[in-house]
Amino acid sequence: MNPALVATLLKYAVMFGVFINVAPIMNWVERRACAYIQDRPGPNRVGPLGLFQPLADAAKFMFKEDVTPAAADKLLYLMAPVLALLPAFTTFVIIPFGPDLTVGGRTIPLVVAPVDTGVLLFLALSSLAVYSLVLAGYASNNKFSLLGGIRASAQLISYELALTLSVLAVLLPVNSFRLADIVAYQQTHVWNFIPQILGFFVFLVASFAETNRLPFDLPEAESELIAGFHTEYSAMRFAAFFQAEYTNMAALAALGVTLFFGGWSLPGVHLGGWLGAIVGLVTLIAKLCVCMAVFVWVRWTFPRFRYDQLMRLGWKVLLPLSILNLILVAAMTLAGWL
Amino acid sequence: METFIFLIFAALAVVSSLVVVMHRSPVYATMSLVVTLFSVAVLFVLLGAPFLGALQILIYAGAIVVLFLFVIMLLNLQKEGEAAGRWRGQLWVAIPGALIFIGMVGLVFWRQGAPDLQPLTPDLVSLKGLATALFTDYLLPFEIVGLLLLVAVIGATVAARRAPDAADGSGPLPREDFVAEETARKEARP
Repeated sequence: MNPALVATLLKYAVMFGVFINVAPIMNWVERRACAYIQDRPGPNRVGPLGLFQPLADAAKFMFKEDVTPAAADKLLYLMAPVLALLPAFTTFVIIPFGPDLTVGGRTIPLVVAPVDTGVLLFLALSSLAVYSLVLAGYASNNKFSLLGGIRASAQLISYELALTLSVLAVLLPVNSFRLADIVAYQQTHVWNFIPQILGFFVFLVASFAETNRLPFDLPEAESELIAGFHTEYSAMRFAAFFQAEYTNMAALAALGVTLFFGGWSLPGVHLGGWLGAIVGLVTLIAKLCVCMAVFVWVRWTFPRFRYDQLMRLGWKVLLPLSILNLILVAAMTLAGWL
Repeated sequence: METFIFLIFAALAVVSSLVVVMHRSPVYATMSLVVTLFSVAVLFVLLGAPFLGALQILIYAGAIVVLFLFVIMLLNLQKEGEAAGRWRGQLWVAIPGALIFIGMVGLVFWRQGAPDLQPLTPDLVSLKGLATALFTDYLLPFEIVGLLLLVAVIGATVAARRAPDAADGSGPLPREDFVAEETARKEARP
């Protein structure tokens, strides 16, 4: 078999292993953390500290009845959860997770797909995630689902603009779309979040909206829409949405870490070979854990935005701020400060 | 391998674009449009223009078609019925139109022979080449297109907006009045 293909498959296996485990682990973390924030014990019966709760949940999802509403659009109803998983498990292919590795005289960049379009590919693939939400809402043939789907389409479009512009500003001083180059740039300069604190703030807020997390979980909004776009889904199909949500969160967190916090690198640490690869991967995972903790912390701390507030924030605050940030960074790059 | 991928996605592009025009359900047609755009993006990548491919997905599939779907769902468009969809007169316009189009394409080939198509050079499809061309050789057309889009956006906003002080009072109420009215209505309820 072609060695390059084997290397790519192995790298994908590593990243897949990391990202597939996000959902079960986060299931436990989220429930325990929210319980802690609300001053109650949370799930603590299955295994030590309730650690086996995700296993119990997975078993429950598998044995539950899979209901398809009689009036649903069958094909689209079945397609929606699959469409949710597809972008979730493809976007992380452009996240670098270590320095170049030399095996048998062959240099392997530690990123699944070392493509020139880098960040653009990530944004393009993640922008397709909205279809699963919209189709789930439409195909369920339920007014709550439909409202959730409509909200999802408007919300994701609105916040994608600010997100994309804040990402573009990071690329300006680096002169490349490759995330590996962005990490290399941050190894020689200071981490990007210091000069681009404004861009980082916009990215942070927009990524909560892009992943439909509180305070922007309008497409689900339990108190108004039951469960929004996935009201009708049960069993493994519901679990697929759940999995996609957490994987998307992790992928976006990985992008944010790579853009603003040095990715797999640590300041002052320059290791090569297998040790460097392992340290790089562990560093990336550690930074991801911090990000996921922030996601949980924010979710259980802030109340939900009203829909008009959400739109006003997106278009009248975040978008102008991201444009301002782009101009500032462009000026600083021209002046040679970055 | 490359030919194999090309055949799959070329066929997918043709079939899905046929579904776009022939399917009676607007949602299915829109989703087929996404498949078409995605397949064409893959063809761009095969041609050595991954940047165009990524932008195709990011802008068309990821944003514009989402808005199509948003409007379809907002208006809750149903399946197109036989009566509305089959306007007999359409046929009599479509056939001459198609004939004129085929005739024009034939005329071009007949006058000039098969065009001598140059393969895209990496320099031309690279991001740098594209940006340089846009901001030097084609700066004026580029700016004019930008202006045109701006005019279209302003026009759409003006057309969609109702005057707040419309004589018939159909304009949106100011926020405070609305809240006050809601409170009054709630209090009036037994």
